Amino acid sequence: MMSSNSANNLLDEALGFNDDGGGGGGGLLLLIEDRVETSGAFILHHLIKRRLSSPNRPNDVVVFLSFAHPFSHYDRILRKMGCNLGVQKENKRFVYYDMLNLNYPDGEKGAEDLLLSVYGKIQKTVELCSSREGYKNSTIMIDDISLMEVALCGSSNLVLDFLHYCYSLATQFDCLVIILNHEDVYSTMDVPSPLLQMEYLANIVIKAEPLATGLATDVHGQLTVLNKGICQGSGCSKGKIRNFHFRVKENCVEYFYPGSRT
Amino acid sequence: MAANKPRTSSFSRNVGVVPTSQVPGLKHGPNGTVFLSSGIADLDKILGGGFCLGSLVIIMEDPDAPHHMLLLRNFMSQGLVHKQPLFYASPAKEPRGFLGTLPNPVSLKDDKSREHDTEQEKTLRIAWQYKKYFEDQNLDSQKDGKVEYCSDFDLRRPLDRHALSGQCIDCVSLQDCPNLATLYDRCSTFLAQIPRFDGNITLAGRISIQSFSAPQCHFSDKEWDMLSFIRSLKSLVRSSNAVAAMTFPPSLVSPTVLKRWQHLADTLLSVRAVPDEDKDLAKLLTGYQDMLGLLNVHKVARINTQVPVILEATTYSMKLHKRRSLVLECLNQAPVDGSSGTSHATSGSCSVSSKTGALDF
Repeated sequence: MMSSNSANNLLDEALGFNDDGGGGGGGLLLLIEDRVETSGAFILHHLIKRRLSSPNRPNDVVVFLSFAHPFSHYDRILRKMGCNLGVQKENKRFVYYDMLNLNYPDGEKGAEDLLLSVYGKIQKTVELCSSREGYKNSTIMIDDISLMEVALCGSSNLVLDFLHYCYSLATQFDCLVIILNHEDVYSTMDVPSPLLQMEYLANIVIKAEPLATGLATDVHGQLTVLNKGICQGSGCSKGKIRNFHFRVKENCVEYFYPGSRT
Repeated sequence: MAANKPRTSSFSRNVGVVPTSQVPGLKHGPNGTVFLSSGIADLDKILGGGFCLGSLVIIMEDPDAPHHMLLLRNFMSQGLVHKQPLFYASPAKEPRGFLGTLPNPVSLKDDKSREHDTEQEKTLRIAWQYKKYFEDQNLDSQKDGKVEYCSDFDLRRPLDRHALSGQCIDCVSLQDCPNLATLYDRCSTFLAQIPRFDGNITLAGRISIQSFSAPQCHFSDKEWDMLSFIRSLKSLVRSSNAVAAMTFPPSLVSPTVLKRWQHLADTLLSVRAVPDEDKDLAKLLTGYQDMLGLLNVHKVARINTQVPVILEATTYSMKLHKRRSLVLECLNQAPVDGSSGTSHATSGSCSVSSKTGALDF
């Protein structure tokens, strides 16, 4: 049984991140999918902590677009995990954009303008950060994509455009883009869903699902991590699929293979 | 739930500030949250204290039965008993009429006789049903004239007029809202009057929206507008000292919108009718004849924490205790007749549902 307080746990191994919390540079898109029964938000919290607590990367920035919760919610959660978001925010290492109170943009044009202004801010932040000495990687996080769609009155095209822009920014400035979306919203759609496009674009897909046997107090669900590998030069490292269980606690998450938990 | 005793300590950080626990109708929860009561003691217990301030509670209706109204009535009455401002919206032309159906708390006189009866009942119960009587019995009674966190409501008696007069009650008919921006503005105006001081909550408000996507509403076919409204309401409530409870009929929205709706909820409940004269169910469950309906708890609010709430049971039967108070009970399997070969899961670590239906995951 490994906790996320140790150097690497099953999730970090599956993601292929380095011991110091870095890696995932060169423009990667990480998609987290969850469901009503099993929230994947804990993965976001884990990744925030990892990205902010790497000692060799003092200038790396986490840009966080929140459509779901106010800053205080993440602050409290991360504090229990040993990460002070308030201090990181003051030091401009954690840049938090509160998107909760976006209301009624005037039709599609209003939504587009809104999105452009948000993208502009992110771009400036990342560019500024990349010009500093010792810069390695930045992270752009969105919580969550389905709420972003609602805020934009259902325009999934705008959302996909935005993701493409973020992805190209990521490639240019060695960023990691992490997005959370709800798989069960799209699985009931008849038409090819925007989620399929996101899955195609993503380099890593993490699915949080309940166990087939339902909910339990000692196992909160299962994660399936598809790491498509990185294509470099003439060769590609093979994509790997890993599956393991998890249990979420206040200060950490336990990841373990089925049946191996003591 | 018993009334909270105020904390008295010379080391208290809140010297000079009224502790939330002294404000009637509010109590501290974990992780810096504050709870208010749903008006149903059993539901408060299931949810770990009540409804969390700043949360959005969504109740999925059953078109075959109006049980969601019972939940709303108790929720609204509880707010009025605690003098909490109330906002109520419904598809009816005259929503104020609904206030006449809100229940009154059980009076002290009735309560004494109830305690006596409960004691007698205990000794008459058959042994294998002992489990529910070993659990904490909420003998709600007024102690020293203090108002309880959760009142015991008598559904047969309407709320006293004095509880309604002088109260801040805002009623809106959804038919009068030409668009959702109007409704949003009304909610926003209502919440603006509830003071917001961090660390010192003196008042909480309740928003109650009934049958939100009902066909009488002008916006019932505008799914994205409705989702947008709910998202905006959720944000509004999150930054206020209030709880919003909304009911809606899930069969009237498309499956993908239904999922988005469910994700938007902080606390998600659903009510289901129990079919009359279902012989199979009667054999399977004890007390089937007394059941009004079933309540499912799908999701519990996780504010300021990432740890999910895993309940021992997610399906409860709704019954009337003494034909007047709404109680929720775990489903208990009836003694299995040796001749019937089937066995069904009862309350355990797996989610319970004795009958699969459209509302089950």
